[in-house]
Amino acid sequence: MLVARNGRSDSLTLEGRVVAPAQGIDESLRITIADGVISSIEPGEASTLTIAPAFVDPHVHLRTPGREDEETVRSGTEAAAAGGYCAILAMPNTDPVVDSASVLGALVERARDEAVVPTGFMAAISKGQLGDELSEMGELAAAGAAAFTDDGRPVVSAGLMRRALQYSAITDLRLALHCEEPSLSHGGHAHEGAVSAELGIGPYPSTAESVMVERDLALAASEGRPIHLMHLSARESVAALDHALANGAPATGEVTPHHLVLIDDAVRSLDTNTKMNPPLRSAEDREALRDALRRGAISCIATDHAPHARQEKDVPFEEAPFGVTGLETAFAALYTHLVVPGILTLETLLERMSAGPARAFELDEPRIEVGARANLVALDLDAEWTVTEDGFRSLSANSWLLGKTLQGRIVKTVADGRLVFDA
Amino acid sequence: MAELRPPAPPRRHLLSIADLERGDVERVLDTAQSLAASLDREVKKLPTLRGRTVVNLFYESSTRTLASFELAAKRLSADTMSLRSAGSSVDKGESLKDTALTLSAYEPDVIVVRHPSIGAPQLVARLTDAHVVNAGDGKHQHPTQALLDLYAMREALGRLEGVQVAIVGDVLHSRVARSLVQALALTGARTLVVGPPTLVPRGIEALGCEVSYDVDAIADADVVYVLRMQRERMGEAFVPSLREYTTLYGITPERVRDGQVVMHPGPMNRGVEIDPRVADSDAALVTDQVRAGLVVRMAVLYDVLTVAPVEAREHAEVV
Repeated sequence: MLVARNGRSDSLTLEGRVVAPAQGIDESLRITIADGVISSIEPGEASTLTIAPAFVDPHVHLRTPGREDEETVRSGTEAAAAGGYCAILAMPNTDPVVDSASVLGALVERARDEAVVPTGFMAAISKGQLGDELSEMGELAAAGAAAFTDDGRPVVSAGLMRRALQYSAITDLRLALHCEEPSLSHGGHAHEGAVSAELGIGPYPSTAESVMVERDLALAASEGRPIHLMHLSARESVAALDHALANGAPATGEVTPHHLVLIDDAVRSLDTNTKMNPPLRSAEDREALRDALRRGAISCIATDHAPHARQEKDVPFEEAPFGVTGLETAFAALYTHLVVPGILTLETLLERMSAGPARAFELDEPRIEVGARANLVALDLDAEWTVTEDGFRSLSANSWLLGKTLQGRIVKTVADGRLVFDA
Repeated sequence: MAELRPPAPPRRHLLSIADLERGDVERVLDTAQSLAASLDREVKKLPTLRGRTVVNLFYESSTRTLASFELAAKRLSADTMSLRSAGSSVDKGESLKDTALTLSAYEPDVIVVRHPSIGAPQLVARLTDAHVVNAGDGKHQHPTQALLDLYAMREALGRLEGVQVAIVGDVLHSRVARSLVQALALTGARTLVVGPPTLVPRGIEALGCEVSYDVDAIADADVVYVLRMQRERMGEAFVPSLREYTTLYGITPERVRDGQVVMHPGPMNRGVEIDPRVADSDAALVTDQVRAGLVVRMAVLYDVLTVAPVEAREHAEVV
C-alpha cells in the first residue's frame, strides 16, 4: 500500500523524446495529462526534454519516527520528487522500530498529511529488529506494510529466517534482506583488500555478505518463497543470485548508485561520505554489479538513501555511521558515470529505476499509456549542475557527490497524477 | 646550527607516509642528522622555532612519543602545550571537531595529534590553520615512528638502499608496520612481512612488501623489526595462545643471525614477541630508536614549519 497526502490532480502537457523501455517506446511525443490521467499521446516535436516513466525507489530511510532532525516524511518525499521518483519504500529501522500495527498506522496517517510522493512502509521481520521473535506479520500486512525487512541489520539466526519465510506466506508480502554475517563483518568499516590493508581500517570482507546471500537463497528456495536482496555489493553475491535465478528462484536484487560508480579507492580520502554498509568494494565487484544490472539479474536500482546529521559524519572515519543520501542525485550520478561513457544504455538505466523495482515489489508499474495515472519524469539530459550542500530538499547533506558536477537534471516529476516537482 | 639543506618540495602537514616522496624522506633524515650534531653540545637548545607554538593533542596514552615531541619542540625553543584526553573537556564529551576549533583559537603553529581513530589528524588539518603532525591514528599511520626507524637503520647500516628488513608479528593491528612498509618502499629497501596468517592483512603486498608465515624467512634480513604482540588479541581468536605465538614467532637468540640488527618500536613484551636476551643484546637498536625519535621529531617540526604550504595531494578519486 502506497500513501500520499490528498491533493489535486494536475493537468499539463509534456512534449519531447519519450523513452519508456518496458513498453518499447522511444519517439518524439506530446503527452497530455488531464486531471492526473494521461488523456492523449500524439506525435510531437523534439525538445530539450526526455520524458520517461517516473522512478521507483525500493530502499529509502525516512528516519521518521525518531530522527526528524535528519529526515521527515515531508522532506524525504520532497527529495524523492526532486529526484524524479513517483514511489518510494521506507525502511522500518526507526525509533521506535516499525514492528507493530500501531507504529505503522501512525506513520501511514503522517504520510497522508505529509507525503509528497506515494510512500510505502516496510515493517520489521523481527520484533525490535532484534532477531529473536517474529513481528506480528499478519497485523502489519493488514495495516498496510509494503514488505518485511530488518534492514540496517541482518537476521542472524538461520532458524528465525526460515520461520519468517514460512510465516510470511500468510501475507502476500516478500522479505527484503540485508545480508551480513556479523561475525565476519564485526569491526569492519571498509572492504577487505589493498585499501583497508594500507589504511588499517577494520576489514569488512565480501564473504560477510555473500555467505548470507547464499544462506538466504538456499532457505528461500527450500521454502518456495520469494526474497529481495538489498544493496548487493560483492561479485560472489551476484554469482549466487545468478545461480538461484538459473534454478528458477523468485529472487530479485538491487544495487545502489554508489556501488555502481565508486570503488574502495575512494575511501583513501577518509571522507566519511564514502562509508557505507555494505562497503564500497573492488573494481571487479563493481564490474560484476554493472554486468548483472545490464543483464537484468539485478533488476532494481535503489538509493539506500540514508540521511545522517552533520555532527555524526564530522568525525574520524571509523567513528562515523554508515550511509549516504541519494534520492536527489541517483539519476544524474548514473547518467553521468554510466550512460555518458557508454557503460550502460539510457534505456537500461530508466528500466532499472522504474519498472524493475515496481515489479520486484508488485507495485503498479509506471506506464505511458492513455488512461493511466500519470507517473512521469521529464529530464534535461544535457544540463550540467553541481551538487552543493545547500541544494538538497533532504534535511541531510551526507552525499558522496558534494562539489561534483553532474550531467542530467530532473525538470519535472509527476507522481500519481500530481506535478510534485517543477524545477 | 649545522648547515641544513634547502628545503625542497613543500609539505604543510605530516599526516601519512603515503603523502611523501623519496626526496621528502631523505630531506627529513638529513635534517635530523644535522640536528643530532647540535645535541652533542653543552647547551642543547636551538633558537630555530622561537616564538612558535606547538600543541600536543593526545587522545591515547603514550610515553615515548609524547615525551619526545615535547622535548623536540623545547630543544627548538618553541612554546609547547600538551593536552591529554583524560582530565580535559574530552572527558566531558567534547567532540574532536570542537576541541580542534577551540585549540585553533590560540593560533598554534603546529598541532601534533595522537588519536585512536583513523583519520583524526586529517580532520584536525581540515578544521584548523595549523600544520598537523600525525603522532599515530588508530591502525592507520605513525609516520614519525617510521622516519625515526629509517634514521636508526641508516645510522646502524650506513644506507637504506637495498637493505632487507623483516617485520615480524601483528601487522594487522599495527600502524607502525603500515608506515614503515611504505617508508621502506620509498627509500629502496626490501621488506618482508612475517606473522601468523590471521595477523597479516589481506592485500598488504600492494604497499610494496612480500609476505611469509614462516619465521625462518627472516634469516636473509639485515634488520629484524619486531612488533608488539597485544594480549587483547587473544580474546578475538587471532592466535590460539600467546605461548604458541612465542613458540612460532618469538625472536630468540637462536633465530637471530650474526650481523643482524633487531628493532622494536616499544613498549616491549619481553618473553612474548622478543626474548629478553635479544632485547638486551648488542644487536638490539631499541635505545638508538628512542634517541632517533628526538632528532627526527625536531626535524619534522622544522620541516613542516619552514617549507611553504602546498595543497595536500588529492587522493579522492571519485570514479
